[in-house]
This record gives sequence, C-alpha cells and structure tokens, in this order.
Amino acid sequence: MFRLEARAASSASAAWLSPLLALTLTAITGAIIFLAMGKAPGLALYLYFVEPLTSWSGLSEVMVKAGPLILIGTGLSLGFRAGVWNIGAEGQFIAGALLGSAPAIYFYQSANPLILPLMVMLGILGGMVWAAIPALLKTRFNANEILVSLMLVYVAELLLIHLVQGAWRNPQGWGFPGTRMFPDAALLPMLFSGYRVHLGTLIALAIPFIVWFVLKRTSFGFHIRVFGSAPLAARHAGIGQQRMIWTTLLIGGGLAGLAGVMEATSTIGQLVPKISPGYGFTAIIVAFLGRLHPVGVLLAGITIAVTYIGGEGAQISAGLPKAVTGLFQGIILFYLLAFDLLTRYRITRVATPAGAS
Amino acid sequence: MTELIIASVMTMMTAATPLIFAATGELVCEKSGVLNLGVEGMMLIGAVFGFAAVSITGQPLIGVVAGITAGALASLIFGVLTLSLLSNQVATGLALTIFGTGLSALFGLEYVGKTIEQIEPIHIPLLTDLPIIGRILFGHDPLVYFAIVILLITAWFLGRSRWGMVLRAVGDSDQSAHAIGYRVILIRYAAVAFGGAMAGLGGAYLSLAYTPLWAENMTAGRGWIALALVVFASWRPGRVLFGAVLFGGITILQLNAQAAGLGIPASYMSMLPYIATIVVLVLISRDSTRIRLNAPACLGRSFRAER
Amino acid sequence: MRNLLRRTALALASALMLASGAASADKLKVGFIYIGPPGDFGWTYAHDQGRLQIEKELGDRVETTYVENVPEGPDAERAIAKLAETGHELIFTTSFGYMEPTLKVAKRFPNVKFEHATGYQRADNVATYNAKFYEGRYVQGVIAGKMSKTNTVGYIASFPIPEVIMGINSFLLGAHSVNPNIKVKIVWAYTWFDPPKEADAAKVLMDQGADIITQHTDSTAALQAAAERGVMAFGQASDMIKFAPKTQLTSIIDEWGPYYVERTKEVLDGTWKSTDTWHGMSDGLVVMAPYTNMPADVAALAAKTAEDIRTGKLHPFTGPIYNQDGELVLEAGKTADDGMLAGMMYYIKGIDDKVPN
Repeated sequence: MFRLEARAASSASAAWLSPLLALTLTAITGAIIFLAMGKAPGLALYLYFVEPLTSWSGLSEVMVKAGPLILIGTGLSLGFRAGVWNIGAEGQFIAGALLGSAPAIYFYQSANPLILPLMVMLGILGGMVWAAIPALLKTRFNANEILVSLMLVYVAELLLIHLVQGAWRNPQGWGFPGTRMFPDAALLPMLFSGYRVHLGTLIALAIPFIVWFVLKRTSFGFHIRVFGSAPLAARHAGIGQQRMIWTTLLIGGGLAGLAGVMEATSTIGQLVPKISPGYGFTAIIVAFLGRLHPVGVLLAGITIAVTYIGGEGAQISAGLPKAVTGLFQGIILFYLLAFDLLTRYRITRVATPAGAS
Repeated sequence: MTELIIASVMTMMTAATPLIFAATGELVCEKSGVLNLGVEGMMLIGAVFGFAAVSITGQPLIGVVAGITAGALASLIFGVLTLSLLSNQVATGLALTIFGTGLSALFGLEYVGKTIEQIEPIHIPLLTDLPIIGRILFGHDPLVYFAIVILLITAWFLGRSRWGMVLRAVGDSDQSAHAIGYRVILIRYAAVAFGGAMAGLGGAYLSLAYTPLWAENMTAGRGWIALALVVFASWRPGRVLFGAVLFGGITILQLNAQAAGLGIPASYMSMLPYIATIVVLVLISRDSTRIRLNAPACLGRSFRAER
Repeated sequence: MRNLLRRTALALASALMLASGAASADKLKVGFIYIGPPGDFGWTYAHDQGRLQIEKELGDRVETTYVENVPEGPDAERAIAKLAETGHELIFTTSFGYMEPTLKVAKRFPNVKFEHATGYQRADNVATYNAKFYEGRYVQGVIAGKMSKTNTVGYIASFPIPEVIMGINSFLLGAHSVNPNIKVKIVWAYTWFDPPKEADAAKVLMDQGADIITQHTDSTAALQAAAERGVMAFGQASDMIKFAPKTQLTSIIDEWGPYYVERTKEVLDGTWKSTDTWHGMSDGLVVMAPYTNMPADVAALAAKTAEDIRTGKLHPFTGPIYNQDGELVLEAGKTADDGMLAGMMYYIKGIDDKVPN
C-alpha cells in the first residue's frame, strides 16, 4: 500500500524533472491525438516543437513572441509565490499600452528622442494603475483579486476599442478603427535588419535575471519567498500581508504594462482594437511551467512561444488546425500539475498492519 | 410599451439561464471547499459535445445529456488533479479553462456551419395565452424551467437536507468532518462533478437553445461571470437567480437602449456588466461577517487527512 | 514499432525537404490568410469558395494553401511572412485589419504579390480589392420596403466604418424608393462574429417592433433567432437559406471566385499589376441569392432592381440625397462617385440615431 509523505524540503531534482516529464508526456499524448486525426505524428511534433528553431527567421519570431510572455510571466510568478492571484495581466498589458501610447498619439509628428523613454515609463505606470485597483479592493474591502482583476480585463479591452474607434482614431483612416502609425521616434529600434527582433525583446530577456537577483539577494526577495511557503511565519517576522499584496500586484502590473507598451511600439506600431492574442493568460501557463522561478519562466516562455510559432507553421505545412496549440498548452499544464505532487510529497510503501481496516 | 417590457423580460430570462446553470453548479462545488476556475472551459465542452450529439442523432434530449456528461467528465480531470494528486486548485482550474477552450475548438471544427433543430419554447393551452404573465411564466423553453428547478433543489439540498449539511461541513472544516468519519474526498468529488455537469449544461443551452449553432469560444466569458455570480450571491442559491437575471439582463438592456436610439455610447454600456460585478464584489466583500458566515472556510485548500 | 519509426523518419525527411524549399512541382503557390474559419458560412466561407474556384479552374497549374483564424495584429505579419517564405507568390489577405502587416511583409518580399481585401493602401506589389455590397443592400431595402408591415426594419451593424454606414444608407434608399414610411432601428454589435450577441441583437430589435431583420455581421445566429419567431430576415455573405428555409428573403453572396481566378491568371501570365478594384453586380462580384418567401410581384421587382443595377441603369446613390442635417450632399440626377462612398461617415436623412463617435 502506498502513502504520501510530505517532504521536508521541495525536491530540487523533481523541480527540474516535472517540466521535462510534462513536456515528454505532452509530446506522446500529442502523437496519439495526431494519429487519431490521421496526420503523421512525427512530422507534426517536429513542426510544433523543433522547426521554429531551425532558421534565423524562426528564432527571431520565437524571441519576439516570447518577449511579452517572459515579461508578464516573471511578474506573475512573484505574485503567485506569495499567494496573490493576478489573473488580470491581460488587462494590465492593455492599460500599459494605452497610457504608454498616448504621447505618440498626441504628438504624432514628434522626432524628440525623449518620447520613447517617456512612453515606456507611462506604460509601466499604466499597468501598475490597473493592478492597483484589485490591490486596493483586496486590502481595503477584502474583494477577491482573481475576480476583480479578471473583470478589469474586459473593461480594458472595451476601453481600447472605444478609444481607437473614437477619440484616438486616425482621421485619415477612412473611418476604420485604429490610431495613426506611431512616428519613428516612438518606435523601438529593430536589432537586425530583416528580422523583427527589437530592443524590447532584449529587455524581456534581461528582466528574469534581474528578478532572480532580487529574489536571491535582497530582503524583499527573501520576504516573497518566505511569504509564499510559510505565511504564518512570515507574518510573525513582520512581513505585512497588505504590503505583499500591493508590491506583487504592482510589479506584476508594471511588467505587464511594460510588455504592452513595448508591443505597441514595436511589432504593431500603432493601437488597434486588438493588441494581444491572450498574452496575459498564456503568461499564467508560462509562470507555472517555469515553476515560478525567473529563469524557469524564461525557458518556459521560449518553449510556449515555440509551440505558437510551430502551430502556425503546422497549419501551413500540414493542415493542422490552430486549436491544437491551445489544446497542447492545456495538456502541458495538466501534466505539470500532476507531477507537481512529486516535488512536495514522496511516495513510500507502507506495510498494512495485520487486522487494520 | 408593455409588449416591449414583456419581450425584454423573456429575453433576459433566456440570457440568464446559462448563468444560472453554471453558477449553481459552481456554488455547490465551492460550498464543499473546492474552487474550480475551469467553468468557462467546461461550458465550452458541454456546448460542443451537446451540439455534436444533436447533430448526429437529431434528438435534443440526447444533446442535453451529452452536454451534462461531457461537462462532468471534464471536471473530473480537475477533480483527480486537485483532490487525489493535491495540485493547486487555482492553477488546475485555469488549465482546465485553457484545455477546454482548445479541445472544444478542435472537436468543433467539423460542426462549424452546421445547424440543428432548435429547442422550442413550450406552449400550454390557456396558460401561455394569458395576457402579460402568460408568456413570461409559461412561454419559455423547457431548459429555462429546468434551471429554476435545479436552483430550487440545490437550495433545499444545501439548506435542509442531511447530506447538504455534510457538504457544508466539509467545506467549512474539512479536518473535523474527516474526524467524524465523513469521506471528505469522495464528497468533494461529487460536488466537483455536479459543478461540471451544470457548467456543461449551461454551455449546451447556448448551442442547443440560444443559438442553434457552434462557434469557437461562443461562451464569450460567461463562465467567468458565473464565477463572479457565486461570490455576488454570497454563496446563497436564491441570490444566484437575481444576479443571473441582472447580468444576463444588462447586455439586453444595452442593446435595447441602442435600438431605441438613446445616445449612450455602446462601448460604455458594454462595460457595465463587468463594472457592476466589481462594484457588487466590493459591496459584499467588505461585509466580512457575512462573507465569513457564507464563504466556505476551506475554499481553495487541498485536503490531506491528518490521521 | 519499426513501421512507426520508418514513417517518422520519412516524415522528418519530407519535413526537411519542405523546410529547404524544394518544390514538389512547378505549380504556382497561392496563399490565403483568413480571419475566421472557412466553416463560418459567412465572410471567410465566401473567400474559401473563391479559393476552391481557383483550384477548380487552374488546378493543373496552381496549388493553394490557407491559414485560418489569424488574428489581426503582429501575429498576422508572421503568418503572411511565413507564406511568403515558403514559396507562395500570390497571397490574399482577407480582412481590413491585415493592412499594415501586409504592407510590411510586402516590403520584405518585393517579388511576392499581395491582394488585400477592403483596404485602402497599395504598393507596387500590393493591390486592394473590395465588392460593392451596397448594391445588394439597395435590393434588400426594396424588398423590405414592400414586405414590412410594421414599417420597422432591424439592422444589426458591426463597426461604424464607411463600409457599414454606406450599407445602411443604401438599404434605406432602396426601402424609401418603394415605401417612404420605412424606419430603420440600428444596433451596433462591435463584432463581426459573435453568435450569441448577434442573436441577442436580433431579439432586441424584434422586441422593439422590427418585423424584418438584416445584418452586417457574419454568423447565421440572427437569421435563426428571427426564424424562431417567424420573422423574415436577410442572410449575409453566402446563401444561408438552409438555416432559415421559411424566412430567409434573400442574401448577398460574395462571389470572389471570378476575381481570384483572374488575378491568379495574371500572375501566371506575368501581367499582374497593383490595382484597386471595387466591382459590384456588373462584374459578378455581388450576386443575390434566390428570392424566397415573398410574393411573386415582390420577387419580380427585386430581380428587376438587381438587373438594373447590374446593367448600370440604376445607381443606388442617385441624387438628390440629403444627409441627416438636411444638407444636400448629392445633386439631383448625379450619381455618387467611389470617393464619396468610400469615406461615407454620415447617415442620410431618415435615420434618427447619430453615428457612434
């Protein structure tokens, strides 16, 4: 008979093992699904997981797509560690893009080199403001941050549509929704000609390491780590729960807002009714796949980005429907959560005492 | 004018029905201490499998059963992960939503563009033809009435029956319930499955009666509104009905205002249901006494028996 | 097991061949980017029918690919670029929101030819095309004017852009030509495709007294909601009769086939040039579905109206036309030119609502 025995400390090897196991099992499950659909499993898996990495343009696209995922995922992972469930990163992304793009929209002919840093600052601020709402409502009124942050996603989406169709609409755009294209001074510089990798991508790759440093070396980082694993002890040590809620939500919101304004000033170059293909929600998977560890989030973001790019390639080359990508992401997360067990518990064998029921 | 009011109330009731199903199911699930955020995914799964069943067999009843079963099975994935493998409930629920959205989209590919026989509203001679109240009370399709029946049964179950009390005990204090001898995990499995079944039914209502077709993501966030509804209702079934009509109704009201030519910007009105949810959340959450009395104390925590 | 390994190896080999661009034949590759699924029975379905027409007529020299459910925005750029990278020489991007992405990719691939639907910006290798749907709306208006008993028509509009507004105006002009008392109630759904919302809009319009429903959104939901109450309605983008056999009056069918085949031939012959095409009934781009569920004289009138538009005898926008404020925008006897229509952001006289924003 088997018994679950809590480990004294999380198993480090299992922390690495579970994502790998999850990915492997996802690949196997995927192969079965492809067979059932009548598609060659080997080809399909290759297209999803490997092909994007085999060319410079593929790599560039993976990095461009991974950037927002890594930024948002890193921010979310801090909150999740502390038990603060920010589900509204999508809304904070949009809010950051909205506030950050305002200078480019009002000063649309500007060539001032300061406009871009200003926009980035405003973007971070916008995301923080949007995250401050659930923070305030939770600390003052005990309102569940999951639901508040989620409802604000819809509000942000509608606000974006309202603005790009109304006050911010391009007057020379024949009435179609969308702002003017941003002036060159307000666009993030591309790094290599012919590829879409931009400055924001570099920043996104650097942030996890900065956060890692903060977690390991600063007292604030220590607080977060303790708060997540032993909240009562944390409270005794004087780490305010309210402060934790505020800081993790503001950081998560700020990073999401940063991702939003960077997306608007690079790959899109304007504001349109829909600026995110669900980054804020996918980033939640990224955060978990990365075991809530900054470097893990970096790797997970790249992995998930690969499946997105691969999924598109699979549509073109093998006729595989787009829905499979979403299915994969859900399956990865399921397997990961199942193996999560192994990091916290050990399975031991116990002899059943004679006569016991 | 009365015609318009009657018609609007009718439409609001149908808009509320999927919310009533999903919220009632989630309410029972949460009362047992389990927070399942996968409602949106389970609704979509119920919608696609219900639609497929009717498309193949031509029988609406089989579609309803298929939707219920599919939703329950989907919720059991969540159940196994959170109850037996002790995974984090928030993350698992989100995974279920993402998985359900992808699976329903994939499975539904061959049903896009197909149509089925819509579930018709009932017509009771004499009763339905009564002026004003006739159609409002007796003119809906059968699932609307079923939703209200389910709600009433749930209210009775939780409030008056022995097993309802046990369920609430499991949600409030799982260790004590275990000590008395109740099988906490098993009871929670049942609650989770009921939640899934009802979410699946809510989704099936959309694809079988509301608009007899299937489209990716057709729930458009209703699952999340259902989650908010449970909190809005302070985990009390009676309030679920009120909240569902309110939220289902706001969309209808917004469209009505537009059609009537009132000059309120449509996007602002579209935001109303979500802002309203937040306002309501704040209002009821600050009354922490009421929350404590109704919110299951163990909500969201994994249970491991301490022998 | 060995068989599986062999198949996988073969699959990998063919994938590598695909990746290296080795052509399977000398056929011209034509690509399509769709905003929705071909099975939507609406906008994308019609485009896909056009694609199938290419295969039917030129299948020996052409092969086609499509990518579905591509969201507008940065993802679109990647999908379009992917088609360009994999040897497609003619690419159709079938939604307005693909405009900037198409132009960006066109710059990177000057030898690839792009056709952007409903856009307004061209380049040396980017053409634009659209259909004069408003001609069909006029015919619908004539039918509605004759068939409505409550003199109220419900109009489910999507976004306040010239395309949609000129449609509303054209509809009303047609209705007023046979029935000056007709009024139109407009609801803005702010979506192209959201079946439950479209059904809600139809119900609300019917609740408010409309006894005919028409739409500028893409699903069959509104038509079906109307059919449930026995209310007449018009289909959209394709013949939706099988969804409402007893209540569909007619439908505007988008016939992209002839245009698509013509442009593909031009690429094959080397005579392709960037043009802006806005064709209507006279070129067979807009076709009316059979006139059903109406008395024979109304059907005859509708057919005659359509024929007159087709032959050029009748132009829906013929002066005198007044706008909502009572100003004369088109003199008596004159017909509106394309420019006036393409920028139309105002209602004609006879509509009480204001255009949103």
